[in-house]
Amino acid sequence: MEKLLIGSSSPHLRSNETIQSIMLDVLIALLPATIAGVYFFRFNAVKLIVLAIASAVATEYIIQKLTKKPVTIRDLSAVVTGLLLAFNIPASAPWWIPVIGSAFAIAIVKQAFGGLGHNFMNPALGARAMLLASWPVIMTNWVTPGPDAVSTATPLAIMKGAEATNEALPSLTNMFIGNIGGCIGETSAALLILGGLYLLYKKVINWRIPVVYIGTVAVLTFILDGGFTGMSYHLFAGGLMIGAFYMATDYASSPVTPKGQLIFAFGCGLLTSIIRLYGGYPEGVSYSILLMNVATPIIDKFTSPKVFGEVKRNG
Amino acid sequence: MSQKSVTFKGGIHPPHFKKMTENVPIERAEEPSLVIIPMQQHIGAPCEPIVKPGDKVKVGQKIGEAKAFVSAPIHSSIAGTVKKVAESNTPTGKAVCVFIESDGTNEVCESVQPKGDLENISKEEIISIIKEAGITGMGGAGFPTHVKLSPPPDKTIDYVVLNGAECEPYLTADHRLMLEHPEKVVFGLKVLMKAVGVTKGFIGIENNKPDAIETMNKAVSSESNIEVVVLQTKYPQGDEKRLINAATGRKVPNGGLPMDVGVVVNNVGTAAAICDVFKTGMPLIERIATITGSAIAKPRNLIIKVGTPFKDIINQCGGYKEEVGKIIMGGPMMGLAQFTDEIPTIKGTSGILVLDKEDATLPEPQACIRCGKCVNICPVNLQPLIISKLSLKGMYDEAEKFNATSCIECGSCSYICPSKRPLLQAIRVAKKEIIAKRRARG
Repeated sequence: MEKLLIGSSSPHLRSNETIQSIMLDVLIALLPATIAGVYFFRFNAVKLIVLAIASAVATEYIIQKLTKKPVTIRDLSAVVTGLLLAFNIPASAPWWIPVIGSAFAIAIVKQAFGGLGHNFMNPALGARAMLLASWPVIMTNWVTPGPDAVSTATPLAIMKGAEATNEALPSLTNMFIGNIGGCIGETSAALLILGGLYLLYKKVINWRIPVVYIGTVAVLTFILDGGFTGMSYHLFAGGLMIGAFYMATDYASSPVTPKGQLIFAFGCGLLTSIIRLYGGYPEGVSYSILLMNVATPIIDKFTSPKVFGEVKRNG
Repeated sequence: MSQKSVTFKGGIHPPHFKKMTENVPIERAEEPSLVIIPMQQHIGAPCEPIVKPGDKVKVGQKIGEAKAFVSAPIHSSIAGTVKKVAESNTPTGKAVCVFIESDGTNEVCESVQPKGDLENISKEEIISIIKEAGITGMGGAGFPTHVKLSPPPDKTIDYVVLNGAECEPYLTADHRLMLEHPEKVVFGLKVLMKAVGVTKGFIGIENNKPDAIETMNKAVSSESNIEVVVLQTKYPQGDEKRLINAATGRKVPNGGLPMDVGVVVNNVGTAAAICDVFKTGMPLIERIATITGSAIAKPRNLIIKVGTPFKDIINQCGGYKEEVGKIIMGGPMMGLAQFTDEIPTIKGTSGILVLDKEDATLPEPQACIRCGKCVNICPVNLQPLIISKLSLKGMYDEAEKFNATSCIECGSCSYICPSKRPLLQAIRVAKKEIIAKRRARG
């Protein structure tokens, strides 16, 4: 050979999976719930979803341009963050809520800590917590599904009796399909589970976090809050499904070790149950995930897997 | 298939790419006119050349003497005249090579004599015959076989396991060998079993080779103490510790050897080579290799003589049909990328894989997204993302705490990484630094 070839370290073969293909799978998984959100909450939902995604992508682009880093908006991770944030705001919110929320999620929670893979908490949830603390009334102004949106309370708030309301609890069926008050994307438990199964099938996520998280909440609320009926409301109303399948499984802010993922998910389930049953707030998913997010490094540190064939050393 | 498939925990499922050659029968490559035989083709000490320019040599004549215990002698693969003894490029780096020009006679050396009835040969004699025949592991690593067969007296060996997994994509040499010469594999296994004094032998084969499983099952039907073990098709099923785990349920301790759990593992190709030594007396001078890949015009399984230049072999497979991107000795997961085709084949050349530009281009690495897939699939239960990160920062002591040296370099982590990070490459750097530091400490 006249010209020497370029050598490289093995392996010489790579899988077809990329960050972009993973993020695309997440978007595909979220599609049914997105369509349901639009069906239930009409044009307002469309507007808020589009604004949230546009703001997330634009913020990522601007920051990467300003800091002279390679622009990575094509990996679709900002689109996922924007969509998840839109899922977490009420359909009645004004237009600037998703714009500010997404900008905060990308600029502060994600890029300020080094970008994709370095955020220590879930960007969409961090932004939701910020919005809730800054505009508590707007962020809890729930409306009924359908064309004539009127104010309503979420099933969990009704259960808690936190708001002076005479409303009755919606039926379990309505709750399961999502025909209830709540954030744009969190109401349809059935479609969120469907998307979650797709992510499991595509191996984007593994079973540990969703199964242990949902299982912990199921067991605790069954014992502590009214048996089977109480448990069903805790599982299918509110943000548990979206939290367990799409938020708690965020790669960067959850443990990488198998044992760590079990502990993390159990912690999420325990905190969610405690906040819902004994706290002053009807929801508990966001804060429990955020709290476990900050515990992730320490969980990872103490759950290093045992090396194949590792022998206990004497002494 | 009625047999249950066994396996290990972790691993990946890369595409097989075996279709091109799995149904192509083994053929003999053309006689080389010139061979370049490296004096180091195995793990351990290099051999000392015992021929000089001008000497006449015959097929099977010893030309390199192994002075150390962990080493194996080297024999001429052709008859002819020694042209020169000089340093030259080999697939594993520069080494002293003996250049022999063929005289076309293929005259066999007088020392090549059948070893007679296995019944009448003692354990010690078997091991010495295997050593003198220059038998080394033919799966790729090239560890001298007689060393594996000489465990310290405090270790009892219970099983010999033959590795017919061939879990590397593209390669089909072992597959074809089991189909076409099952009797050689079985005889070689019996020799190995006698050498270490065991009564139980296993042959592990991945379940993507049902025809080979059937053939081998038939070949061992009259052997009550030999069993074919069906393995799930998963990479790296052919790694010896994973194979032992799947076949026997035993776990080799971290940092230990198969003999620590009473097992000796050899490749099916090694067993066939041992069979040849006993039946004909011919030492290890040729082997079966798969020549394949997207840039090879006519992929084939060929018996190649050690020392034949890659270029000659590739020409016999129709040459390059596209611009060459990469030439790899071995499979795509653990094979060694070569700078040129002007290098000789060696005892460990299980395959020559030539990829076109497109297949050879590796994607740009992106930031780690902590997806944890490398942790999930690591067959040794390491955390490749963390070791790689520490290695890139030069924090080798920290990397050692994360058991970097336990890495078996199977490459599954780099394969699975959605961010296309060269994880294994970084881990290799850490391993090297840690081992160098340990040596310096003494």
